[in-house]
This record gives sequence, structure tokens and C-alpha cells, in this order.
Amino acid sequence: MSKIRSAFQKGKAFIPFITCGDPDLPTTEKCITEMVKAGADLIELGIPFSDPTAEGPVIQAANMRALAGGVTTDKIFQMVKRLRETIRIPLVFMTYANVVFSYGAEAFLQKCRETGIDGMILPDLPFEEKEEFLPLCHETGVDLISLVAPTSEGRIAMIAKEAEGFLYLVSSLGVTGVRGEITTDLGSIVKIVRQNTDIPCAIGFGISTPDQARRMAALSDGAIVGSAIIRIIEEYKAEAPEKVGAYVKSMKDALTAPSLP
Amino acid sequence: MGEKKGRFGIHGGQYIPETLMNAVIELEKAYERFREDPDFQRELSALLNEYAGRPSRLYFAEKMTEDLGGARIYLKREDLNHTGAHKINNVLGQALLAKKMGKTRLIAETGAGQHGVATATAAALMGMECVVFMGEEDTKRQALNVYRMRLLGAEVIPVKTGTATLKDAVSEAMREWTRRIEDTHYCLGSVMGPHPFPTIVRDFQAVISSEIKAQMLKKEGRLPDAVLACVGGGSNAIGSFYHFIGDKEVRLIGCEAAGRGVDTPETAATIATGREGIFHGMKSYFCQDEYGQIAPVYSISAGLDYPGIGPEHAYLYDTGRAEYVAVTDEEAVEAFEYLARTEGIIPAIESAHAVAYARVLAPKFTKEQTIVVTLSGRGDKDCAAIARYRGEKDIHE
Repeated sequence: MSKIRSAFQKGKAFIPFITCGDPDLPTTEKCITEMVKAGADLIELGIPFSDPTAEGPVIQAANMRALAGGVTTDKIFQMVKRLRETIRIPLVFMTYANVVFSYGAEAFLQKCRETGIDGMILPDLPFEEKEEFLPLCHETGVDLISLVAPTSEGRIAMIAKEAEGFLYLVSSLGVTGVRGEITTDLGSIVKIVRQNTDIPCAIGFGISTPDQARRMAALSDGAIVGSAIIRIIEEYKAEAPEKVGAYVKSMKDALTAPSLP
Repeated sequence: MGEKKGRFGIHGGQYIPETLMNAVIELEKAYERFREDPDFQRELSALLNEYAGRPSRLYFAEKMTEDLGGARIYLKREDLNHTGAHKINNVLGQALLAKKMGKTRLIAETGAGQHGVATATAAALMGMECVVFMGEEDTKRQALNVYRMRLLGAEVIPVKTGTATLKDAVSEAMREWTRRIEDTHYCLGSVMGPHPFPTIVRDFQAVISSEIKAQMLKKEGRLPDAVLACVGGGSNAIGSFYHFIGDKEVRLIGCEAAGRGVDTPETAATIATGREGIFHGMKSYFCQDEYGQIAPVYSISAGLDYPGIGPEHAYLYDTGRAEYVAVTDEEAVEAFEYLARTEGIIPAIESAHAVAYARVLAPKFTKEQTIVVTLSGRGDKDCAAIARYRGEKDIHE
């Protein structure tokens, strides 16, 4: 069993995202530690990219701040190695294909294995191109996480059948970012996913409030939150870790609340 | 590798978010259907001929030929097309295709503004809504084109992210497409992005080389010895090269923007300074750092100021079929002024990069040999920027 699945064994999973190096790596490291303490089940670590085409303004700005601060893929691997001395929960990278390709996919995935990265999410690597990295992912035991979108009609079964780790269900059209409401018929997408795979399915994009997280997790196996966390980091900078911890706890509490309306 | 669709050797592919996959598949299917459809082709030909003014002239540049004292030089006058550049060839094809697909809205990126103007023009003609994304930096460099687009009824959105130039305009247009797919076609302006765009745009631009071939056979009774075109993403170049790829005796030369020089960071010469990467939907060559961060490239020419090159060019480079040379800002500006004074033709600063290399190459050729230089666009839009480059003040755009 993939280690990622263990994140979904204790009820609905809460999956926070963080852009590594925003505003600096020590802050990122502290935020991650606080997220774990607050009950995060799996953490998405964003390796910043100069041109993050799937991101909305909030995470784009975080990518720019992180790169301006001098973070690099190697420095992030070093941070993961340090974190792994104390942190057991699954960690996955979220970045863009060129970051992996340019590093050398083999070297990148070897480093993932050595430092303890369990999976990677590449929003610009659709089903049709996954062979680019999949053989090396299998060799190193790093799950290549697949995404399903509201526009995936006719493709959901194909993607779900070959999905690994967990399936990332994109809640709505467009890029990442906080949304007032999510109107996609996610229930029927999840239904097709369930018919084709038994790996967990988590919903992301646009989720920021405990209520949204609860509703999204009720439809699936977990909720992914990025921009709302980045906003806290943007506002509080070095003081952010504690606030991020409190936020993650409020979200995780919402998911574990006994009754659902 | 040739068996995978949308590949040019190892280059190309479809590296895009899942959200867009069905949209590009739908586009591919529609294109497969309409490219063979005689009605579609008839309609497109009528638009190209009656509206855009094709075929474009192949002009014998007698003064330039005399002055350089070598090869006979011909200029392929894409600058005389309606809207002033080769961009209209692709846009009319894509807009017609989008309309047949039931789309009512066109979005586009633009660098120099020529593709944006062409898209706004086609949208006006066909009664479609139009939104153009343009780097904020470029809206300043090309203020006249911003006004033209607005005059044509398009909304121009200045892109402030990243380097606020062409690459950021492409990123933002892609983001917009993921937000709104149902009624919207992304009218990509160059032979780049995910499959099927590099193929579609090439096919619509291939009219350039098809005409050059017929015109050269008529005027010279044989094929040219070299075809030169400027390369950013590479649409006018691939259009100029395409029908000569099988004619090995014709040298195909793409002229990249070296900016302040290929040994400086202020360059946009992808073949000279880039390496293999994955970006904007395609595998190709990109200017990037050791960690794969895309470089903030620079050229005086907003249309060539892009950190990548179309995948088919990458393949033509790999196989040695085409050559790529880098031309600096200074050389391009000198060529801009040279062509104006020698032939009475003001080329786009993009096209001036190809003119600049023709000035280097022609004297090395014999008087029996011929060179075709594609003038991808006209230079009215650049006059104010070149005047500024030369230190003149207060030139109104």
C-alpha cells in the first residue's frame, strides 16, 4: 500500500499546501511543523516556478516571493531531509513539469526517495504525457498524483483507473484561489471515480472556510487548501507559523466534527 | 518517437492542465474535420484573398541587391497584408474554425500587438467577442496597437505578472482559457503551445512558403538558395520554411533576437542560449536557469521577446535542416533604418532581424544565387520605439 493512503485512514483528510521558501525556508519549515501538530494528514509542498500557469494571483505571488528570496530545488530537498527527522505523515511535491525535467527526472526522483517525498503533483502533466516521468516514479516509489477537472467528461474513468496515491479532484474551472462558492456537480464526478478505483479522492481549488472544507470532504475523502494558507503567510510573514497552525486546526476540526447537516 | 501525435522528434506534446485537455482534443477533432472540408477551405481562401489581400507580393529588392553585391534578394511582403503582418493568415483560419465549432469568443496573447490586432480584426469581422492579453511592458512599447485593438472592439488586458511581456501574456491567456472554455477559443498566435496549435498555426501560415515557391519558380525559374525569417515563437518562419523542408538545396535560416548579445542575460535567443525544457504546453528549447526557472528574456522587439521556440523549429534545428542565427538589437535597428533608406520599406523591428542577417549573408553568395527574406510585418508600430532607441525625444506614436 502506498504511504499516501495512510493519510486517509483516520477519517476525512485535511491537506494543506505551502509554497516552499515564502517568505523564507525557516518560516516554511516552522509552518510545516505547526501544520503537523494541528492535525494535517498530508502536506503538499510547492516548489516555486517562475511561471505557474495553473495558479491564481495569491499563489503566483507566493512563487515570486519565494524565488526572489533565493529558494532552489536543492535547498527544498535539504529542508525535507531535516523535517523527515521528526515528521512521519506523507509529503508530496506540487510543482511544474519543467522543475522536474530540468533537474533531471532521475536525479529529482532519487532525491525524493532519499529525502522521503511520497508523491508529486504536476498540474501541467496530463494523462497523455504522464509517461514522461511515470517509469521513474515507479522505480523510486514516488506516486504520480493524477488530477480530474470539472471538464474531464469522458476521461474520468481512464484517469481514475491508473491513478496512484490519491486522486486530486479540481473543484471548479480556472486557476487556484479562494472562491465564494463551488458550483460544479462534484458528486457525480466522485461517483465515476469510485466506480473505477479504490484510491482516495480529495477535492481542491477554491476551498477556504471550515464549512466549505466540510462540504467538500463529505463528497470525497478529503479537502485540499492552498491560497487561504498562503494569504496568512503573506500577512503574518515570520509570525505566520502559529496562525497557520491555528487555521489548520480549525479546518481539521471541521472535518472531524461528528455530525453533518 | 514519431509515433506519438503532436510530436516533432522529441519536441511538442500536450503539457497542459487536465482542465484544458478536452478543449484541445475538441479543437484537434474539429481541425481534422475542417482541414479536409472543401467548403471551409473555400471560405478561408476567400477571406485570405479578398479580405487580407493575398497572395502577398514577392518583391525583387534591386537596390539592396546592388548595394550588397551578392545574392539576388527578394522580399516576401507579408507586411502588405491587411493589419500589417503575417498574423492575419493564422487568425482568419482559427477564427473561422472557432466559429464552425460554435465558439463566440476569442482570446489571444500578443507581444508586439500584431497578433492581437489581427485577432481583434477577425473578431470584428465575424461578430465575435475578443479579449487580448498583453504584457504591461508591451502595452507601453506598442501603445498604437493597443489603441487599434480597442478601436476594433477588443478588450485589452495588461498583464502585470512576471516580466510583463509576451510569456506572461501567454500564461494569462492560458489561465483565462481554463476559467472559460465553453464559449471561448484560445487563438494562439504562434507555432507553439500544446498540440494541435503548432500544427494548426503552421498549416495556416504555410501559405507563405507555398506562394514563395510558385513566385520564385515564375520569376527565377528555380527555387531560392536561402529563405530567411525572424523567429520568436516562429510562426512566420515556419510558414516561410514549410514547403521547402523537402527541398534540401534550399537553406532555411531562422533569425533569433539576441537582444544586447547572446553572451549577456539580456537576450531572447533560445537556440543560442536555451536548453530542452517543458513550458507553455510543449517540450522544446527554453531560456532557463539551472533549476528550470524560465529566464526573463529581453529583446527590443516585443514580438521576439519570448523565452522559447516552437517545437517544430526545435526539431528542424536538431536534425540540422534549418539553421538559427542570433541578431542583436543594434543590428536589427540598423537593418530597420537600412531597408527604409535603401528600398523605401519600413519593416517591423521583428522582420528587421531577418533583414540584418541578409545583409551579412548576401555578399557571401554569388550573383546567380537568390535569397528570400520574409518581411513578416510593417514597421509603423515601431517608429516611436526606434526613435527612442536612437535618443530622439517626443515622437508621437
